[in-house]
Amino acid sequence: MSEVRTRLAAASGQRLFWPLVVLVVLIAANTAYRPSFVSIEVKDGHLYGSLVDIVRLSAPLILVALGMTLVIATGGIDLSVGSVCAIAGSMACLHISQAADQNSLSTLFTALGLALGLALVAGAWNGLLVSVIGIQPIIATLILMVAGRGLAQLITEGQIITINSDPYRVIGAGYWLTLPVAILIAIAVTLLIAVLTRRTALGLIIEAVGGNAEASRLAGIRARRITFLVYVIAGICAAVAGFMITADVSSAAGSTAGLWIELDAILAVVIGGTSLAGGRFSLSGTLIGALIIQTLTTTVYAMNISPQTSLLFKAVVVIVVCLIQAPAFRARFARRRPPATPTVAAAPQKEQVPA
Amino acid sequence: MFTLGKQFTRRAAVAVLSASLVAGALAGCGNSDTGGEPADDGKITLGFSQVGAESGWRTANTNSIKEAAAAAGIELKFDDAQQKQENQIKAIRNYILQKVDVIAFSPVVESGWDNVLKEAKDAGIPVILTDRSVDSADKSLYKTFIGSDFVKEGRLSGEWLVNEMKSATGPVNIVELQGTTGSAPANDRKKGFAEAIAANPNLKIIASQTGDFTRAGGKAVMEQFIKANPKIDVLFAHNDDMGLGALEAITAAGKVPGKDIKIITIDAVKDGMQALADGKFNFIAECSPLLGPQLMDLVKKVKAGETIPQRIETEETTFTPEQAKAALPNRKY
Repeated sequence: MSEVRTRLAAASGQRLFWPLVVLVVLIAANTAYRPSFVSIEVKDGHLYGSLVDIVRLSAPLILVALGMTLVIATGGIDLSVGSVCAIAGSMACLHISQAADQNSLSTLFTALGLALGLALVAGAWNGLLVSVIGIQPIIATLILMVAGRGLAQLITEGQIITINSDPYRVIGAGYWLTLPVAILIAIAVTLLIAVLTRRTALGLIIEAVGGNAEASRLAGIRARRITFLVYVIAGICAAVAGFMITADVSSAAGSTAGLWIELDAILAVVIGGTSLAGGRFSLSGTLIGALIIQTLTTTVYAMNISPQTSLLFKAVVVIVVCLIQAPAFRARFARRRPPATPTVAAAPQKEQVPA
Repeated sequence: MFTLGKQFTRRAAVAVLSASLVAGALAGCGNSDTGGEPADDGKITLGFSQVGAESGWRTANTNSIKEAAAAAGIELKFDDAQQKQENQIKAIRNYILQKVDVIAFSPVVESGWDNVLKEAKDAGIPVILTDRSVDSADKSLYKTFIGSDFVKEGRLSGEWLVNEMKSATGPVNIVELQGTTGSAPANDRKKGFAEAIAANPNLKIIASQTGDFTRAGGKAVMEQFIKANPKIDVLFAHNDDMGLGALEAITAAGKVPGKDIKIITIDAVKDGMQALADGKFNFIAECSPLLGPQLMDLVKKVKAGETIPQRIETEETTFTPEQAKAALPNRKY
């Protein structure tokens, strides 16, 4: 018994323990409400069920949040990702809609290339403002957040562009080996970023820049170059997310595609345990954070919680997640119980640096 | 992260300044022709301030007003407020300074118009509201409000369903995709629809969620509706776009839209009309943006000093698949 308790206590000290608990509780609550929530069947040769929907719909958010994690790790923030989603999605759809054969692969790749190019420019613009000119990230990216939305509407001419392209549709609504293509792309990008940051020194360097840009520069790190790089990565991630969002409904609306996704992404990063102050970051935490947010949204629909109360419901869950993750709150909570474990004391140890 | 101190504040100041410059330049784009002297050649001058260009519906609305003004020989001064009330107030003050004959605008929000409307009244310039209303208690501040009756659109949709289902013996399960929570069209369409279907107790709304007037929202909500409710007979969507998104979810679930699940929407934009003509939708209640000609008539009447009603409805209709097929070739938006 005591062994179980010790083990549980050790697990609860892990950074990802509580977000995972919340995710499981959410899914359990849905299952209690409607047992078929967790059932997954095969329909038309692909998996079909609410859980599959959650995973598929969270793919764009995962991508945006991954880019955001790296930006936040350098102590920055990128508010423009939602607008970049809209720009990239609109550009791709515009090109496809003008093509003679919307189903041809060459049209698809030209469209994706054009849109990625635009996103690259957008990311580089943010990176330039922040790293070279030295504008505060929140203001630098606010410019593109506002102007980018206008640019996206300029691309679509204020209309909704409807396209009829099967290969493009696959990105957002297609299946490969019974799995949604969107989530496969998201997994691939996650692995790529994980390998880049955790198997090379890049992750450490990003954390160093986020911890103290000046100190890392003096230590020989090209801090500016790293800062520039993370904004470009965030831009590209946002563009791919934009493809998924527009492909899901085979249409691009400049005014609504990816609207407010930057806020969801920041929330996902925070729920995942990455500090907004920069420094340490957790990719798996962000992944879980994004899944929690999408599960919340789907829960509202599945349980038919009225739209007037759904925002409050979401807010309460998010507050609970953030509170149980806060060491100070858990310490206060734990003190009421017999001090069975040193879990709480262990948490701040990561701050200690051997002299 | 950054060097603190003097340099920091200077950088921040430069940043704020450049951000506001960009914002200013953007706002400037919309103000195309608000300058110039009042034309005094007997021609009527109309100052119009539009909400923005957020949707295809709005673009069609703008084009209708511009074309109708040209056709009626009315000089139009047009301003795009880009969803900002302060831009709109600025534009209206400009029109007052320029002494235009009539001012018309689509208010971005409902409240906060009393002062600027009083200024217009004091200057003796009549004001006409289009498409959206204001909540001013003093109704003498504007001559009339021309726009759609959202409650009526909901009611027409409900009445069609009651008629369609009059031979149904068992319960008819309806799911509803609401517009943006709290917006006037969402509230009113919901109300009108609920009133109409109350005529038949068999008709029941079993689930109602917001899809935020977007296709993506409509699809995501409908996916869960289908999974949570094994028997759905009717979908009522507050606009075409949510209905179009829901179409994808219905098809993906292996059901046939228009047959297994009957679909009623509102708006009648081109893509929606196409779906109706293809038999995927069953009924659309129109919400027409083409109020330009009606507006120009009103402008002339107001200028001539005729009395007009406080509330004028846009001329609107409803569509069945056959009517959609006939109307589709001439659809502008």
